[in-house]
Amino acid sequence: MARAATNRRKLGLTLLAWSIGIVIFFPILWTALTSFKTEAEAVASPPSFLAFHWTLENYTEVQQRSDYFLHFMNSVIVSLGSTLAGLLVAVPAAWSMAFVPGRRTRDVLMWMLSTKMLPPVGVLIPIYLLFRDTGLLDTRVGLVIVLTLINLPIIVWMLFTYFREIPGEILEAARMDGAGLKAEILYVLLPMAVPGIASTLLLNVILAWNEAFWTLNLSASQAAPLTAFIASYSSPEGLFYAKLSAASTMAVAPILVLGWFSQKQLVRGLTFGAVK
Amino acid sequence: MATAHSRAAARLTMSPAVLLLLCWMLIPLVMTLYFSFLRYNLLMPGTEEWIGVLNYQYFLTDPAFFAALANTLALVGGVLVLTIAGGIGLALLLDQPFWGQGIVRLLVIAPFFVMPTVSALVWKNMLMNPVNGLFAAIAKGLGLQPFDFLAEAPLSSIILIVTWQWLPFATLILLTALQSLDRERLEAAEMDGAGALDRFIHIILPHLARAMTVVTLIQTIFLLSVFAEILVTTNGGPGTATTNITYLVYAQSLLQFDVGGGSAGGIVAVVLANIVAVFLMRMIGRNLDI
Amino acid sequence: MGEIVLKQITKSFGDISVIPPLDLTIANGEFVVFVGPSGCGKSTLLRLIAGLEDVSSGTIRIDGKDATALPPAQRGLAMVFQSYALYPHMTVRNNIAFPLKMARLDKAAVDRKVEAAAAVLNLTGYLDRRPGQLSGGQRQRVAIGRAIVREPTAFLFDEPLSNLDAALRVNMRLEISELHASLGTTMIYVTHDQVEAMTMADKIVVLNAGRIEQVGSPIELYSRPRNRFVAGFIGSPRMNFIEGEAARGDGADTIGIRPEHLVLSTDGGRWSGTVSVSEHLGSDTFVYVQVDGIGTLVARAGGEFPVRHGDRVWLTPQAEKLHRFDAAGNALSSLASGKKVA
Repeated sequence: MARAATNRRKLGLTLLAWSIGIVIFFPILWTALTSFKTEAEAVASPPSFLAFHWTLENYTEVQQRSDYFLHFMNSVIVSLGSTLAGLLVAVPAAWSMAFVPGRRTRDVLMWMLSTKMLPPVGVLIPIYLLFRDTGLLDTRVGLVIVLTLINLPIIVWMLFTYFREIPGEILEAARMDGAGLKAEILYVLLPMAVPGIASTLLLNVILAWNEAFWTLNLSASQAAPLTAFIASYSSPEGLFYAKLSAASTMAVAPILVLGWFSQKQLVRGLTFGAVK
Repeated sequence: MATAHSRAAARLTMSPAVLLLLCWMLIPLVMTLYFSFLRYNLLMPGTEEWIGVLNYQYFLTDPAFFAALANTLALVGGVLVLTIAGGIGLALLLDQPFWGQGIVRLLVIAPFFVMPTVSALVWKNMLMNPVNGLFAAIAKGLGLQPFDFLAEAPLSSIILIVTWQWLPFATLILLTALQSLDRERLEAAEMDGAGALDRFIHIILPHLARAMTVVTLIQTIFLLSVFAEILVTTNGGPGTATTNITYLVYAQSLLQFDVGGGSAGGIVAVVLANIVAVFLMRMIGRNLDI
Repeated sequence: MGEIVLKQITKSFGDISVIPPLDLTIANGEFVVFVGPSGCGKSTLLRLIAGLEDVSSGTIRIDGKDATALPPAQRGLAMVFQSYALYPHMTVRNNIAFPLKMARLDKAAVDRKVEAAAAVLNLTGYLDRRPGQLSGGQRQRVAIGRAIVREPTAFLFDEPLSNLDAALRVNMRLEISELHASLGTTMIYVTHDQVEAMTMADKIVVLNAGRIEQVGSPIELYSRPRNRFVAGFIGSPRMNFIEGEAARGDGADTIGIRPEHLVLSTDGGRWSGTVSVSEHLGSDTFVYVQVDGIGTLVARAGGEFPVRHGDRVWLTPQAEKLHRFDAAGNALSSLASGKKVA
């Protein structure tokens, strides 16, 4: 009896949860489906859900007409490049904060966080003018620099919270064993922190991939990552639903998969360790 | 706990990050501040001159500013209320045992990973478009008149899109917090005769308070700067119906090339964000035990 | 060789003084144990010697050279940590080899030394495992192996056995003692466990609130504690302290008598009381006696002593084993020897 009631309750919850889940996911699903339709089917009324003529031609056309691959590579280079550059600067800083905390460590951490809260419009104009005058506008290098800087506080914070879970005694042991600073970080700390560093890398690639203020304002055509490339579809001449869907699906799919893998780290990274 | 050697090493290893962020924050901010006191238009180079607080006077008395301020507040407030209420509901649901929990969780968090430009375009064209959108098709199927979301209710439509993007974040964090709740406390309350509603009000909600504050503060920081969604869907219009402060500053400086006025707006945005940031920093700082 | 001399060293963290000026000489080849309650500064003192913390003032000489400002790696010391501090991502072989690699030894020499250390410590079969796959005792031995391959001037042990279960602890205690006997290297060993201190040390340094309370051989500390703190800290169960009228009769503010020096009788004696608890271990019997006008005293009888809760018993201290303390807790001359304890 009780068992049956429990199962009935579970069945009800299952139906409810799945319905809500599908509704929330539906825009993504719909986009993915539309990307396999012909343009005519994409705007057909009433729309067909699965019973349409499946085609891959939107994907090939997006590539041919607008050099999708260039923008995809821009996204890869900018997101990965800015994350790696950020890690390079952040690892030593997080080491010192986690293992040699001083009286001011806390203030420095909080200050770094505060830079993240600076609204981008507050510095948009000078950065735009500086980039224009130094020829960094619409370059991958320029975007890497900006995204490194805007995500640096998150990288430092995430690494800091991961490093703090490593017992300091192990690093002291390395110091006793004759390891210098470089050896201590390279041979002892980093190998032990691999999971944390991987999570940090993953989350920051996601954030950089989806960053859509600086990429929209500082890139035009050559260096435009997918965020800016997709935005060009909002102009009337680009209004082809199936092609828009194909481009969107390709832009979202890789990062969605990464995101699904990193959902736990997401919470920790985006709340600066306040919720774990 | 350290020696002079390790402290020297700490200073050395810390400095690149600190210097970079210092440059990133301070130099442009000072420049913005400086520009905000100038007559400075990119279309009229060479005519820069010091005009004191005139830019602020114009910016703060511009009806567009009040519209933008109201829109910003509506956008931030609307999305916060919807995501937190929805997030608590979803977190409670996802915390229950049902079949396929893991998959539903993936479905629910997916929108967070969709880049803003894509979600804006998908909602604008494929769902909300009054002619070819899915919602229009559904309305027609039901014999109703299609609704032109972005023309008739532009701000609400943008709130809906942004809520869709941020609901996963709120859900995920509230769910994480919920799962850290000691089950025995709920069982003890149940033994004490507390009903489901009592347990929710007296045990679950207080436990989630911290996570709710974190969600509120972090989302506020991001929501104050919503930009791509507006740029792609409405360009701030119709009129100024969907212009928020961020978009107003962008339009002023990069569309009208009024660097001085835009800078003044930027500084105003910084001040507004700082008010929120102070609370957020206190919150995080309190949980930081060094 | 391994002589370590601390001269007037102090340590403070901010305004808090952890170690007031302290002098200590550790002779070459000695096994010295720092013992004291938690928070007494014993680990800090060890870390100062290791170079993991800077002294606030004073000098540390190791092997005749001033090492006060040297970084830990250059002091020629090896340390075994409480948590073992093994490198979890390296095999046992690489853990033990790490200090040698850092010293840029050639590969053949590294291999030879690692194999030799592994043979001594019975780790040969485990060289290719990772620390996570080892038992607590094996991890402990790897930590020791990592220390001995360096052939250090002295070994530092920071509560190395506190994470092991009781049986293993006894074994490892013996192994470390044997290691000391065979290597003959200076060892400094920190523990809060006075049994470890008594069983292993050549010389015990009893610390309390950063101060050295007494330095001496285990038997010296046991039989001639310099003050009430040392008397109470060394020995198990701890010494009984009696204040008031009974103590004044012996010309002291407090008298102390160890449980093993209280003679139990069911017929008569100096103090009478009722048994509250009796613990029968077979080899010994510990009797907790509620003595009239004094309080609870613990007495130990060798073998079985058949009493139970509520029985009336008499206790008589062995006069020559009675410790007398003044109001400040310092030991007065012993009644038996009549000599003033230094």
